[in-house]
Amino acid sequence: MKKLFAQAYIWVLLVLLYAPIVFIAIFSFTEARTLGNWTGFSLELYKHIFTGGVSGGASLMAAIKNTLLIALVAATFSTLLGTVSAIGIYNLKGRKKKTIQFLNNIPMINPDVITGVSLFLLFVFLHFSQGYLTVILAHISFCTPYVVLSVMPKLGQMNPNIYEAALDLGATPSQALRKVLIPQLRPGMVSGFILAFTMSLDDFAVTFFTRGTIGLETLSTYIYADARKGGLTPELRPLMTLIFTIILVLLVIMNVRQARTKKTTR
Amino acid sequence: MSKRSNWAIPYFIFLVLFVVLPLVLIVVYALQDGNGHFTMSNVTRFFTDSDALSTFAVSVEVAIENTLICLLLGYPAAYILADKNLNKSAVTVILFILPMWINALMRTLATAELFNVFGFTLGKGTLLFGMVYDYLPFMIYPIYNVLLKMDKSYTEAASDLGATPVQVFGKVTLPLSMPGIFSGILMVFMPTVSTFAISEFLTNNKIKLFGTIIQENINSSMWNYGAALSLIMLVIIGLTTILLGGDEREVEGGTI
Repeated sequence: MKKLFAQAYIWVLLVLLYAPIVFIAIFSFTEARTLGNWTGFSLELYKHIFTGGVSGGASLMAAIKNTLLIALVAATFSTLLGTVSAIGIYNLKGRKKKTIQFLNNIPMINPDVITGVSLFLLFVFLHFSQGYLTVILAHISFCTPYVVLSVMPKLGQMNPNIYEAALDLGATPSQALRKVLIPQLRPGMVSGFILAFTMSLDDFAVTFFTRGTIGLETLSTYIYADARKGGLTPELRPLMTLIFTIILVLLVIMNVRQARTKKTTR
Repeated sequence: MSKRSNWAIPYFIFLVLFVVLPLVLIVVYALQDGNGHFTMSNVTRFFTDSDALSTFAVSVEVAIENTLICLLLGYPAAYILADKNLNKSAVTVILFILPMWINALMRTLATAELFNVFGFTLGKGTLLFGMVYDYLPFMIYPIYNVLLKMDKSYTEAASDLGATPVQVFGKVTLPLSMPGIFSGILMVFMPTVSTFAISEFLTNNKIKLFGTIIQENINSSMWNYGAALSLIMLVIIGLTTILLGGDEREVEGGTI
């Protein structure tokens, strides 16, 4: 009885939590302009996105491209910077280690608006004209901490003697790095990359403040601008559905990977 | 191996440039007038700006209400999820955590649309509902984590020694889960106070929150005042963090 009640509570919460997303997803498969009207199954809205049949379809396509480009570049740089830094931080000791770990935590604790405003002021202060570069730099700054946190545990699990052994057996430091260290860290790097990519894909506030006035739009700023004009254009329904799906798939992949590594280490 | 520690240097420089310096600049801009002279007027202006003050009060009120509702709804959920007898599936846990990774703006728009379709008038009620909807996972997750790691022998010992289930909960489980409750409060309260855009969509522009005022000032080139408002928010966030011992909180990155 107690168990039944507990299960019911959990499922009611989950249904409430997912209702809006599922609702949007369902109505992305019909053509009706007003949300809530069902005029039969249709993939028309999806087609509109990819053929640019939306009013201002070209700018929507540009926004999609920008989002993916920024996420890819930011995630790649974050992964490189985060991995190198994690190795460095792991080998640090005492106060230096504490300081850099504290600094690494700031971007994760800071609310988006503060991160956005503070970076905006930085670029104003440096007279840096804002656009792609500033958005990418901003994204790297809030994505890298997650990569550092993904790679650090892998360094902890690693047997340091393996690296030393490679050196003793005649490997150059760069060979030991490529053939011993990197392969061991790879799972952490991949999780870090996926996390960084997701965070970047998802960001609204920081992009909003650092994109400048060159008319750079990502998906979230595009959706924001569109919703402000009064109601979502129907084409945003399939778009939101697609983003939800992409993020869910990425996260499920990551969880499965993690569950698998846990099993093998056990 | 010791030279390896040098690998942290580029990131340290990066962090100083892109994390520390920007935060310092908030303080610098907040204490300057448009010509770069030192002034306290931006900060004092906030305390005489009735518009900003009332928005601030509303933001704090909404944030507190939201945090309380999330705690009341989220604690039982976390408790059930962490209890092996009540919940055997790991999938439900993942389902609760997944929305944390989806843009709050998009989830909010979806919620607002749902309200519109069902003909709810957008206002304070829908704002709170939407906020709870957005931030509930952030309350459940840290509490769930603490409850899961809790040593079960404490509760078993308590009931063996004759405590009633209510006593076991009140004297053992609840006190032991306080760290989770604190980080949950932190993870819900701070983003709620600082959200922008979300409240506009959920109330049809009727209720503005503090984040929106910051954004409006920055966007209309009132950088110094915008920075002063950001500084005030930073102070609030700093105080909340210290009060709840959040500096010791482990930020979970890898595992969701």
